[in-house]
Amino acid sequence: MFDWIQQFADWLIYDTIGIAAHSKLGEALNFFVYDSLKILFLLFLITFLMGIVNAYFPIERIRNFLSRNQLYGGEYLLASSFGALTPFCSCSSVPLFIGFVKGGIPLGVTFAFLITSPLVNEVAIAMFIGMFGWKSTVVYVISGILLGVVGGMILGRMRLEPLLSEWVQNLLKQAQREEELEEEKKSLWDRLPEVAREAFGIVKSVFWYVIIGIGIGALMHGFVPTGFFERYISRENPLAVPLAVLMGVPLYSNAAGVLPIVQVLVQKGIPIGTAIAFMMAVVGLSLPEATLLKKVMSVRLIAIFFGVVALCIIISGYVFNLIL
Amino acid sequence: MKQIKILGTGCPKCKTTVANALEAVKQSGIEAEVIKIEDIQEIMAYNILSTPALVIDETVKIKGRVASVEEIKTLLIQ
Repeated sequence: MFDWIQQFADWLIYDTIGIAAHSKLGEALNFFVYDSLKILFLLFLITFLMGIVNAYFPIERIRNFLSRNQLYGGEYLLASSFGALTPFCSCSSVPLFIGFVKGGIPLGVTFAFLITSPLVNEVAIAMFIGMFGWKSTVVYVISGILLGVVGGMILGRMRLEPLLSEWVQNLLKQAQREEELEEEKKSLWDRLPEVAREAFGIVKSVFWYVIIGIGIGALMHGFVPTGFFERYISRENPLAVPLAVLMGVPLYSNAAGVLPIVQVLVQKGIPIGTAIAFMMAVVGLSLPEATLLKKVMSVRLIAIFFGVVALCIIISGYVFNLIL
Repeated sequence: MKQIKILGTGCPKCKTTVANALEAVKQSGIEAEVIKIEDIQEIMAYNILSTPALVIDETVKIKGRVASVEEIKTLLIQ
């Protein structure tokens, strides 16, 4: 599927600029051109497709559906899957949380949505396809959704409502089923320019992270010997996964920049499970989001929320290392 | 005079929306004040799920994305 990009990179670096094909510099430059074009192309494609899906399933409709229907446990899977479908912005997590609570949706289900929403997002998916291929992406998406379900169920069981801020608890008491809402009727065709503009905006906002990330990745690709990192973070080291998760938490906004480096780490010998756990921690657990959530819940609840999710990520990291 | 409210907790997208709204007002020449709402309780009174949101004269017009200058101008003229 990406042969044409590779051909272009070969043509540009080896034929036009004239750097020898097997030199370290040539390999690094070729990798950089190929990877950045491929990733930017995928980023636009995936955000555009997700935008179209979202035009059909706006978040309001999802909330109202969850608010009006009792699904006997199925609501966790539904909330988590919808979380994967909707674009995520950490600045929306608070309004979203309140909106769900107001609609009478159980706290655990709301958490299921909140866990998956950043974990499986359009940028992560596009980068994952580009760097690890379709199969690993499917595994990533499915495990992200399962992680939301399991995390949401655990948090739901813990009866954490008293740890919400007081004004949120008051909202909880007045919670009611959402009314059917009137939606703007617009054909897909009419929406396309809007969707394309949004997709373009997302690509633009992560552009430099991607370029810098791939730049560092390309340097490592060309100059760091295979197996270099394995000496430090090997499959046998039982602490590698938790350490990777801990390192991932503060890196949030650089998700797009971190993945290209993760890809090279994998090529140089770090097990994919450890790499995925790291990646999940980077995108799924963000400190800016935690700060925002302080407005609606106590620090203790945020700590419990992050703790449960981190634990689930660590466990899935070990599982990936075993099965992939 | 029209009143534009931008609801958002201070993320980059919200700031862009505010800048776009100010630009739209300037370009259209319509008299309107642009108010930034950052308090979450106040924001939630508009029953929205995603920010930034653009409110004109107390009606939510756009939510969950950055409104472009052109879009805001069109909404102002209506």
